[in-house]
Amino acid sequence: MFQIIALIAGTLFGLGLAVSGMSDTQKVIGFLDIFGHWDASLMFVMAVGIAATAPAFHFILRRSKPLIADKFYLPCNTAIDKKLLLGSALFGIGWGLYGYCPGPAIASLSYLNIDSAAFVASMLAGMFVANKAFPA
Amino acid sequence: MMTDFINASIGGLLIAFAAILMLAFLGRISGISGILWQAISNPDNSPISSNGWRWFFLAGLLIGPFLAHQVLGFSQPEPSDAGLIMAIVAGLLVGFGTKLGSGCTSGHGICGISRFSIRSLVATLCFIGSGVVTVFITQQLL
Repeated sequence: MFQIIALIAGTLFGLGLAVSGMSDTQKVIGFLDIFGHWDASLMFVMAVGIAATAPAFHFILRRSKPLIADKFYLPCNTAIDKKLLLGSALFGIGWGLYGYCPGPAIASLSYLNIDSAAFVASMLAGMFVANKAFPA
Repeated sequence: MMTDFINASIGGLLIAFAAILMLAFLGRISGISGILWQAISNPDNSPISSNGWRWFFLAGLLIGPFLAHQVLGFSQPEPSDAGLIMAIVAGLLVGFGTKLGSGCTSGHGICGISRFSIRSLVATLCFIGSGVVTVFITQQLL
Protein backbone atom coordinates (compact mmCIF):
# COMPACT_ATOMS: atom_id res chain seq x y z
CA MET A 1 0.00 0.00 0.00
CA PHE A 2 2.90 2.39 0.87
CA GLN A 3 4.41 1.64 -2.50
CA ILE A 4 1.19 2.30 -4.42
CA ILE A 5 0.57 5.66 -2.71
CA ALA A 6 4.22 6.65 -3.26
CA LEU A 7 4.04 5.68 -6.93
CA ILE A 8 0.85 7.72 -7.42
CA ALA A 9 2.29 10.72 -5.54
CA GLY A 10 5.59 10.52 -7.42
CA THR A 11 3.75 10.35 -10.74
CA LEU A 12 1.61 13.38 -9.85
CA PHE A 13 4.76 15.20 -8.74
CA GLY A 14 6.60 14.36 -11.98
CA LEU A 15 3.54 15.34 -14.01
CA GLY A 16 3.47 18.65 -12.15
CA LEU A 17 7.14 19.29 -12.86
CA ALA A 18 6.70 18.58 -16.58
CA VAL A 19 3.44 20.53 -16.99
CA SER A 20 4.67 23.54 -15.01
CA GLY A 21 7.87 24.04 -16.99
CA MET A 22 10.18 23.24 -14.04
CA SER A 23 11.87 20.51 -16.11
CA ASP A 24 12.76 23.07 -18.81
CA THR A 25 16.25 24.38 -17.98
CA GLN A 26 15.85 27.49 -20.17
CA LYS A 27 12.59 28.39 -18.42
CA VAL A 28 14.16 27.96 -14.98
CA ILE A 29 17.09 30.17 -15.92
CA GLY A 30 14.57 32.70 -17.29
CA PHE A 31 12.77 32.61 -13.93
CA LEU A 32 16.01 33.33 -12.05
CA ASP A 33 16.98 36.06 -14.55
CA ILE A 34 15.06 38.80 -12.73
CA PHE A 35 17.51 41.49 -13.88
CA GLY A 36 17.22 40.39 -17.52
CA HIS A 37 14.35 38.84 -19.49
CA TRP A 38 12.45 37.70 -16.42
CA ASP A 39 9.95 34.89 -16.94
CA ALA A 40 7.77 35.15 -13.83
CA SER A 41 5.53 32.19 -14.65
CA LEU A 42 7.43 29.64 -12.55
CA MET A 43 6.77 31.74 -9.47
CA PHE A 44 3.22 30.39 -9.72
CA VAL A 45 4.45 26.83 -9.24
CA MET A 46 5.69 27.68 -5.78
CA ALA A 47 2.95 30.21 -4.97
CA VAL A 48 0.06 27.95 -5.97
CA GLY A 49 1.86 24.93 -4.54
CA ILE A 50 2.22 26.56 -1.12
CA ALA A 51 -1.28 28.08 -1.21
CA ALA A 52 -2.75 24.59 -1.67
CA THR A 53 -0.32 22.68 0.55
CA ALA A 54 -0.28 24.94 3.62
CA PRO A 55 -3.99 24.68 4.57
CA ALA A 56 -4.06 20.95 3.74
CA PHE A 57 -0.96 20.29 5.88
CA HIS A 58 -2.56 22.25 8.72
CA PHE A 59 -5.61 19.98 8.74
CA ILE A 60 -3.64 16.78 8.21
CA LEU A 61 -1.27 17.55 11.10
CA ARG A 62 -4.22 18.03 13.48
CA ARG A 63 -4.74 14.26 13.26
CA SER A 64 -2.84 12.07 15.69
CA LYS A 65 -1.30 9.99 12.90
CA PRO A 66 -1.33 9.52 9.11
CA LEU A 67 -3.92 7.29 7.41
CA ILE A 68 -1.70 4.24 6.90
CA ALA A 69 1.61 4.95 8.70
CA ASP A 70 2.32 4.80 12.43
CA LYS A 71 3.31 8.46 12.83
CA PHE A 72 4.24 11.71 11.10
CA TYR A 73 7.93 11.96 10.16
CA LEU A 74 8.63 15.67 10.34
CA PRO A 75 12.01 17.41 10.35
CA CYS A 76 12.70 18.61 13.90
CA ASN A 77 15.83 20.66 13.21
CA THR A 78 14.96 24.36 13.44
CA ALA A 79 18.54 25.68 13.53
CA ILE A 80 19.49 28.36 11.05
CA ASP A 81 23.19 27.53 10.95
CA LYS A 82 26.19 27.71 8.62
CA LYS A 83 25.38 24.30 7.09
CA LEU A 84 21.88 25.42 6.10
CA LEU A 85 23.07 28.73 4.66
CA LEU A 86 26.18 27.42 2.90
CA GLY A 87 24.40 24.34 1.57
CA SER A 88 21.43 26.33 0.25
CA ALA A 89 23.70 28.95 -1.31
CA LEU A 90 25.77 26.28 -3.13
CA PHE A 91 22.61 24.53 -4.26
CA GLY A 92 21.34 27.83 -5.71
CA ILE A 93 24.57 28.31 -7.67
CA GLY A 94 24.24 24.85 -9.25
CA TRP A 95 20.54 25.49 -9.93
CA GLY A 96 21.33 28.79 -11.65
CA LEU A 97 24.24 27.36 -13.65
CA TYR A 98 22.27 24.57 -15.28
CA GLY A 99 18.57 25.00 -14.49
CA TYR A 100 17.88 21.75 -12.64
CA CYS A 101 16.99 21.31 -8.99
CA PRO A 102 16.83 17.66 -7.78
CA GLY A 103 13.21 16.86 -8.76
CA PRO A 104 13.43 18.03 -12.38
CA ALA A 105 16.91 16.48 -12.68
CA ILE A 106 15.50 13.05 -11.81
CA ALA A 107 12.38 13.65 -13.94
CA SER A 108 14.60 14.59 -16.90
CA LEU A 109 16.07 11.08 -16.92
CA SER A 110 12.88 10.17 -18.79
CA TYR A 111 14.12 12.39 -21.67
CA LEU A 112 17.00 9.90 -22.20
CA ASN A 113 19.62 12.61 -22.48
CA ILE A 114 23.30 11.94 -21.65
CA ASP A 115 23.86 15.33 -20.02
CA SER A 116 20.84 14.86 -17.72
CA ALA A 117 22.12 11.45 -16.67
CA ALA A 118 25.56 12.97 -15.97
CA PHE A 119 23.89 15.72 -13.91
CA VAL A 120 22.08 13.14 -11.75
CA ALA A 121 25.20 10.96 -11.32
CA SER A 122 27.19 14.02 -10.34
CA MET A 123 24.42 15.14 -7.96
CA LEU A 124 24.58 11.77 -6.18
CA ALA A 125 28.38 12.09 -5.95
CA GLY A 126 27.94 15.57 -4.44
CA MET A 127 25.57 14.16 -1.81
CA PHE A 128 28.08 11.45 -0.84
CA VAL A 129 30.89 14.02 -0.60
CA ALA A 130 28.77 16.29 1.62
CA ASN A 131 27.84 13.31 3.79
CA LYS A 132 31.53 12.39 4.22
CA ALA A 133 32.72 15.97 4.74
CA PHE A 134 29.93 16.96 7.14
CA PRO A 135 28.59 13.83 8.89
CA ALA A 136 25.21 14.47 10.50
CA MET B 1 2.55 33.67 -22.30
CA MET B 2 -0.78 33.34 -20.46
CA THR B 3 -0.56 29.59 -21.08
CA ASP B 4 2.76 29.52 -19.22
CA PHE B 5 1.14 30.98 -16.11
CA ILE B 6 -1.80 28.57 -16.30
CA ASN B 7 0.49 25.56 -16.80
CA ALA B 8 2.72 26.71 -13.94
CA SER B 9 -0.34 26.99 -11.68
CA ILE B 10 -1.68 23.57 -12.70
CA GLY B 11 1.78 22.11 -12.15
CA GLY B 12 1.93 23.73 -8.71
CA LEU B 13 -1.45 22.18 -7.84
CA LEU B 14 -0.30 18.73 -8.97
CA ILE B 15 2.87 19.02 -6.87
CA ALA B 16 0.77 20.16 -3.90
CA PHE B 17 -1.58 17.22 -4.36
CA ALA B 18 1.40 14.84 -4.35
CA ALA B 19 2.78 16.41 -1.15
CA ILE B 20 -0.66 16.24 0.50
CA LEU B 21 -1.06 12.54 -0.39
CA MET B 22 2.38 11.72 1.03
CA LEU B 23 1.75 13.50 4.33
CA ALA B 24 -1.85 12.33 4.73
CA PHE B 25 -1.16 8.65 4.00
CA LEU B 26 2.52 8.01 4.79
CA GLY B 27 3.21 10.90 7.16
CA ARG B 28 6.16 11.89 4.98
CA ILE B 29 7.47 15.18 3.63
CA SER B 30 7.89 15.24 -0.16
CA GLY B 31 11.46 16.47 -0.25
CA ILE B 32 13.07 15.06 -3.37
CA SER B 33 16.70 15.44 -2.32
CA GLY B 34 15.96 13.72 1.01
CA ILE B 35 13.95 10.90 -0.57
CA LEU B 36 16.71 10.32 -3.14
CA TRP B 37 19.46 10.32 -0.49
CA GLN B 38 17.58 7.96 1.82
CA ALA B 39 16.84 5.63 -1.10
CA ILE B 40 20.43 5.34 -2.32
CA SER B 41 22.41 5.61 0.92
CA ASN B 42 20.50 3.20 3.13
CA PRO B 43 20.35 -0.49 2.09
CA ASP B 44 17.38 -0.91 4.45
CA ASN B 45 15.37 1.19 1.98
CA SER B 46 15.89 -1.10 -1.04
CA PRO B 47 13.00 -1.24 -3.51
CA ILE B 48 11.87 -4.67 -2.32
CA SER B 49 11.90 -3.82 1.40
CA SER B 50 8.93 -2.44 3.30
CA ASN B 51 10.76 0.92 3.25
CA GLY B 52 11.01 0.70 -0.52
CA TRP B 53 8.29 3.31 -1.11
CA ARG B 54 11.00 5.89 -1.85
CA TRP B 55 12.01 4.06 -5.05
CA PHE B 56 8.37 3.95 -6.13
CA PHE B 57 8.08 7.70 -5.60
CA LEU B 58 11.26 8.24 -7.66
CA ALA B 59 9.93 5.94 -10.40
CA GLY B 60 6.79 8.07 -10.48
CA LEU B 61 8.96 11.15 -11.12
CA LEU B 62 9.95 9.51 -14.41
CA ILE B 63 6.45 8.28 -15.30
CA GLY B 64 4.89 11.73 -14.77
CA PRO B 65 6.85 13.54 -17.50
CA PHE B 66 6.31 10.59 -19.85
CA LEU B 67 2.55 10.98 -19.37
CA ALA B 68 2.77 14.76 -19.79
CA HIS B 69 4.71 14.67 -23.04
CA GLN B 70 3.74 11.38 -24.71
CA VAL B 71 0.11 11.04 -23.61
CA LEU B 72 -1.16 14.53 -22.78
CA GLY B 73 0.80 16.21 -25.58
CA PHE B 74 2.74 18.83 -23.60
CA SER B 75 5.82 19.69 -25.64
CA GLN B 76 9.06 18.22 -24.32
CA PRO B 77 11.60 20.91 -23.36
CA GLU B 78 14.68 21.45 -25.47
CA PRO B 79 17.73 19.82 -23.87
CA SER B 80 20.11 22.26 -22.20
CA ASP B 81 22.96 23.48 -24.40
CA ALA B 82 25.19 24.14 -21.39
CA GLY B 83 27.25 21.03 -22.10
CA LEU B 84 28.46 17.95 -20.27
CA ILE B 85 31.11 19.68 -18.13
CA MET B 86 28.58 22.22 -16.86
CA ALA B 87 26.09 19.41 -16.13
CA ILE B 88 28.72 17.70 -13.97
CA VAL B 89 29.81 20.87 -12.15
CA ALA B 90 26.22 22.03 -11.52
CA GLY B 91 25.14 18.52 -10.49
CA LEU B 92 27.92 18.37 -7.90
CA LEU B 93 26.90 21.73 -6.45
CA VAL B 94 23.21 20.76 -6.34
CA GLY B 95 23.96 17.41 -4.68
CA PHE B 96 26.49 18.78 -2.20
CA GLY B 97 24.34 21.82 -1.41
CA THR B 98 21.04 20.03 -0.91
CA LYS B 99 22.66 17.39 1.32
CA LEU B 100 24.45 20.00 3.43
CA GLY B 101 21.40 22.29 3.52
CA SER B 102 19.02 19.36 4.20
CA GLY B 103 16.63 20.10 1.39
CA CYS B 104 15.76 21.55 -1.99
CA THR B 105 12.95 23.34 -3.80
CA SER B 106 10.37 20.72 -2.79
CA GLY B 107 11.34 19.94 0.82
CA HIS B 108 12.20 23.49 1.91
CA GLY B 109 10.40 25.50 -0.77
CA ILE B 110 6.99 23.81 -0.88
CA CYS B 111 6.65 21.56 2.17
CA GLY B 112 8.78 23.51 4.67
CA ILE B 113 7.21 26.89 3.96
CA SER B 114 3.78 25.23 4.05
CA ARG B 115 4.57 24.11 7.61
CA PHE B 116 5.60 27.71 8.39
CA SER B 117 9.18 26.57 9.08
CA ILE B 118 11.43 29.63 9.41
CA ARG B 119 14.44 27.40 8.70
CA SER B 120 12.93 26.36 5.37
CA LEU B 121 11.94 29.93 4.50
CA VAL B 122 15.53 31.07 5.10
CA ALA B 123 16.90 28.17 3.03
CA THR B 124 14.50 28.98 0.18
CA LEU B 125 15.40 32.68 0.15
CA CYS B 126 19.04 31.63 0.24
CA PHE B 127 18.95 29.28 -2.78
CA ILE B 128 16.69 31.52 -4.85
CA GLY B 129 18.96 34.45 -3.99
CA SER B 130 22.14 32.65 -4.96
CA GLY B 131 20.42 31.30 -8.09
CA VAL B 132 19.44 34.85 -9.10
CA VAL B 133 22.99 36.13 -8.51
CA THR B 134 24.43 33.19 -10.48
CA VAL B 135 22.11 33.81 -13.44
CA PHE B 136 22.82 37.55 -13.29
CA ILE B 137 26.53 36.78 -13.63
CA THR B 138 26.17 34.15 -16.38
CA GLN B 139 23.44 35.90 -18.42
CA GLN B 140 24.14 39.60 -17.90
CA LEU B 141 27.87 39.89 -17.16
CA LEU B 142 29.57 37.04 -19.05
